[in-house]
Amino acid sequence: MPITYTSGEQVEVYRFSLPVAVLVPLVAIFLQAFLPLRFPFFSIFDLPLLVTIFFAVARRNPVAGMATGALIGLMQDSLTHQPIGIYGIAKTVVGYGASSLGVKLDVENVGARFLVTLVFYAVHEVVYFAVARGLVGLTLAWSWQHEVGSAFGNALLALPLFFLLDRFKQRT
Amino acid sequence: MENLLTRYRNVSLLVALLFAQVLGLAIQVRRSPRAESSRLIRVWAVAAVTPLEKTIVWAQSSTSRTWRNYVYLRGVRQENRDLRYEIENLRLQQVRLTEDATQARRLQALLGFKEQFIKKTLAAQVIGSTGSVQSRGVYIDKGSEDGVKKDMPVITADGVVGRILQVYDNTAFVLLINDQTSGVGAIVEKSRLQGILQGTPTGAVVLQKVLADEQVQPGDVVLTSGGDQVFPKGLPAGVVTSVSAGPDSTLNIRVRPSADLSKLEEVLVITQEETKVPEVSADSAVRAADILARRLPSVPDNAAATGAATATGIPLPVANQPAPAQSAPATVVYPARAPDAGSRTPAGDAVRKSADPPMPSAQHAPASVKPAVASKPISHTVNVSDQSEAPPRAAHKAPVHKTQPPSQPTPDQDKPQ
Repeated sequence: MPITYTSGEQVEVYRFSLPVAVLVPLVAIFLQAFLPLRFPFFSIFDLPLLVTIFFAVARRNPVAGMATGALIGLMQDSLTHQPIGIYGIAKTVVGYGASSLGVKLDVENVGARFLVTLVFYAVHEVVYFAVARGLVGLTLAWSWQHEVGSAFGNALLALPLFFLLDRFKQRT
Repeated sequence: MENLLTRYRNVSLLVALLFAQVLGLAIQVRRSPRAESSRLIRVWAVAAVTPLEKTIVWAQSSTSRTWRNYVYLRGVRQENRDLRYEIENLRLQQVRLTEDATQARRLQALLGFKEQFIKKTLAAQVIGSTGSVQSRGVYIDKGSEDGVKKDMPVITADGVVGRILQVYDNTAFVLLINDQTSGVGAIVEKSRLQGILQGTPTGAVVLQKVLADEQVQPGDVVLTSGGDQVFPKGLPAGVVTSVSAGPDSTLNIRVRPSADLSKLEEVLVITQEETKVPEVSADSAVRAADILARRLPSVPDNAAATGAATATGIPLPVANQPAPAQSAPATVVYPARAPDAGSRTPAGDAVRKSADPPMPSAQHAPASVKPAVASKPISHTVNVSDQSEAPPRAAHKAPVHKTQPPSQPTPDQDKPQ
């Protein structure tokens, strides 16, 4: 299976019904807030980020990707006690990047999904830390061990999650 | 220009969206946190997420309650027997503790203590978290409609949890003590050293502002000091797990919180506190004074004996005699500490007893007076005319009196009265 598209090949673009487009991010944010209380290890995952990447890659539309990322990020920010916009900026960048990449690469296969999630998790963390430290002045601890572990954990979780969300895709 | 924008439409939109968010961030950072410029967005987000959380938590607790109360009753009879036995033991213990508490109250009244009672608490269920490791807080299912207000302390039976940071109609956000932006006035129970309990970016809790020459050991219990004006004094905050040298001649003291902050289910919000001076009847006041006179240090008639005495104990020069004239400095001699007494003092014991149980807790009336000075070295002589030179208790509230005990303290007199 080719990884990159040639000019002769048609890029498949998907869309989602309104309830799915609204409820899936909401459920992801809800689970992200609820599950760490019962399972503290779950805090290494970032479900809203995975949902952002999935929607951005499937729609292959940078504007839709960054808008989805911004909305999910701002909502995630609203549940914290920190200024609103830190997650918003990080997820806007990820949404734009993932959708732009989706136009050029085949991100339907398992290997590509794993790598894309791994890379965009790293991008998200770098942007988040840069904004939080540089703009807001928060003191954050960067731990390579934690970041690498979380990146792989999220990339692994992305595989079954994307497989599940594939069922909601609709061809345009 | 128009062509350029059309050509780079996506990038332009990205830049515009990022710029808008950066601008929003700048406005929020510039304004004080109290201004809550983003409150409306937060209210919407909380309103979107918390109803589902509440429903799930309610369903979960109902199922669990039904299972425990009506189905899974294995071992309940044995547990009942064990509990009855424990009640008997506790009753015996209560008799002794009641006596101690009464005595402590008399001493507190004599020393001008104010007691801070937790008058009213509100039980709340934890329904959600922030979902971010950079913001350590939880949401509870009680809000302004239930009487919850900002800055109210939140505790569990094990110890302090945090304080209310944001209040909504039916929910509230609790900032945990392991968040890096939180701070709790704390005191080490044994050495009475005061510091600030703060969270770190990794979620650990450290006791800060303790100088490197102080003695703190792993296993020492840390209590709230009441100095932060949020938490009542004497609540268990944590246990020291490690001590190492920190920056700027201070100690790096790691503390394990008493309450398990990673598995919070139910918490108590302290909605009302009451500060009052313990009431003591006339005869009990006399008795308390007698107790003090018997237990506190003596003043020898012969001032020459002063130089010969060694002073390592830290009793308090308070008694029921009028103070001498300010111009006439009195010399107070502190007797040697009993070998088994350690750093404990009668007055220190009184403070500790009042601070041991979470409710009620004692609070010293004037902020300048330290709760206890058990481990602090103290000078052999005290000049009554200059109160700043006197030990902290001697300078406290009532005029300093010359101690006039009936006799030197004996080992028998050191026992609780």
